[in-house]
Amino acid sequence: MKHFLKTASAAAVLLASFSASAADIKPSVVFDMGGKFDKSFNEGVYNGLEKFKSETGIKYREFEVTNEAQREQAIRRMAKRGSDIVLGIGFAQNDALAKVAGEYPNAKFAIIDGWATGPNIQAIGFKEHEGSFLVGMVAALKSKTGVVGFVGGMDIPLIRRFACGYVQGAKHANSGVKVIQNMTGTTPSAWNDPSRGGELTKGQFAQGADVVFAAAGGTGVGVYQAAKDAGKFAIGVDSNQNHLHPGTMLTSMIKRVDVAAYNTFMDVKKGTWEAKSRYLGLAEDGVGWAIDKHNRALISADMESKVEAARMAIIAGKIKVHDYMNGNKCNM
Amino acid sequence: MEEAFVFITLTANATVRVATPLILCAMAGLFSERSGIIDISLEGKMLGGAFIAASVSYSTDSAWLGLMAAILFSMMLAMLHGFACITHNGNQVVSGVALNMLMSGLTVVMGIAWFSRGGQTPGVSPDGRFLPINLPFAEALSDVPIIGTLYSGFLSGHNALVYLAFLAVPATWWVVYRTRFGLRLRAVGENPHAVDTAGISVAWLRYRGLLICGGLTGVAGTYLSIAQNASFVREMSAGQGYIALAAMIFGKWRPVPAMLACLMFGLLDAVAIRLQGVVVPGIGEVPVQLIQALPYVLTVVLLAGFIGKSVAPKAIGVPYVKER
Repeated sequence: MKHFLKTASAAAVLLASFSASAADIKPSVVFDMGGKFDKSFNEGVYNGLEKFKSETGIKYREFEVTNEAQREQAIRRMAKRGSDIVLGIGFAQNDALAKVAGEYPNAKFAIIDGWATGPNIQAIGFKEHEGSFLVGMVAALKSKTGVVGFVGGMDIPLIRRFACGYVQGAKHANSGVKVIQNMTGTTPSAWNDPSRGGELTKGQFAQGADVVFAAAGGTGVGVYQAAKDAGKFAIGVDSNQNHLHPGTMLTSMIKRVDVAAYNTFMDVKKGTWEAKSRYLGLAEDGVGWAIDKHNRALISADMESKVEAARMAIIAGKIKVHDYMNGNKCNM
Repeated sequence: MEEAFVFITLTANATVRVATPLILCAMAGLFSERSGIIDISLEGKMLGGAFIAASVSYSTDSAWLGLMAAILFSMMLAMLHGFACITHNGNQVVSGVALNMLMSGLTVVMGIAWFSRGGQTPGVSPDGRFLPINLPFAEALSDVPIIGTLYSGFLSGHNALVYLAFLAVPATWWVVYRTRFGLRLRAVGENPHAVDTAGISVAWLRYRGLLICGGLTGVAGTYLSIAQNASFVREMSAGQGYIALAAMIFGKWRPVPAMLACLMFGLLDAVAIRLQGVVVPGIGEVPVQLIQALPYVLTVVLLAGFIGKSVAPKAIGVPYVKER
């Protein structure tokens, strides 16, 4: 491991020497477990940063965390090497990033999905409840049985926030709808248990559900497959996952982590970066629902207009979506 | 009445689906441990098998090729275990843990190298999967009360590997208790010196036990990745290898009791899934955490009070060294 880190940092130095000539900023990113090609959360960040790279010609240092102990090491190493901005990905890096930020007051730090605060930290959060509200509406409008399902990954407040928004949206579209909620587990292995996800989904279908929304990382793979096998509908999360099973994937609740990552680096380059928390919702296009060629046929014009109307109403403040993390309970 | 019957059928189906990999792994562990080799690497072999099955069936669109490849790969892993423990008299627990860690990492590394998907494999097409099979007359009989529902709702409609798992139990019983190989396998786990004195190779017997063990874990892995699911996800075995090992010890190293223990774990899991968020009359909604802890609580209670003494094969864990 030590040897590997040495090699990695040697590579980082090489990379830095290339970009230093341009007298530009030196950004770096620490991807979380799952890796930058996870077809979901981390890959969204990667796509945003690649866009930044191709537009500005500025290279960035990167590291993919493969076990929990590496998070703090990696962030510290990036700061030590004189990065102008260190971008951490995922709620799990929050504490490590906050600690390192205290040790390097002159560097800038940003974290996606985190909540740390400090004179040199920018936390970027998403209003997942607003996006989930919309897909909850889609689910309730599509459901023929009046029963829709939700499968969460690990039982943490963040996932409860998805669930709470989803319930509110479903009830908004159809006040008589029944929502069945399941959590996969209470340990991190709940993010990678597709078999259990599939079983939970089959259980929900047996109770009458015909649309299921998964906010469960790798566990979602099993949920979508179970929906496909049963001929029902599923809703994806984080990235646009509509392409996974065209005809089964009703839509996806997207978090624009790519935009957030791109903007963070861009702000630093332009000098407009600020050390304050940002929460991106529907109004900022930080979250949303996905329509593309893969699910076009599943969404009727009526559904689309209703959901878009609700989106506008939320942006205008006419519909208030309750945030689970605000008091840690869902007022439904 | 009708509703209760449907609930029971659905729970029974879920039980069978969850218990299938456990049964395969328990039978695998039985062959290994009856020959005197501790096998805590069921988990790793299953995970490796799952990865290879998904990779091969994705590239070839053939579920059977995926199964073959997984069996071969898991057998290879079992041989590695054997090479360390039988040929070189290594510590069996250490070798098993090493295999588990190796596969936990290697599957992800190979997955990233081959598919660039963060350790996942791409989704396998329907041709590359073991899909549910409808037994003959299932459709026609489904209207017949009780028997028809039982036949078409419960017995029919599983995939080939589920039937294979339940066939593996009587097959294991027959091999272990009714064949010459089985007699020798049991003997080598109890008293390898006696077997050696009779002029039979201890090492070769144990290697054969491990080969069968590897093959069965390969089937279990295949079930996970291309029958129950349609792709490999890292760490997808999620501790089932260890639960199967516990079930086998529960069943006192005997095929049928081990299968019953697996079914019990499966039932508890299925019930736990069904009970999530359901309001139980008189109690209200049971907290998710409590339901998820239930299988483990029951395991402790049953092990402590009801199962009785579980005696392992005498020579288990002891490398065989010829006296000179």
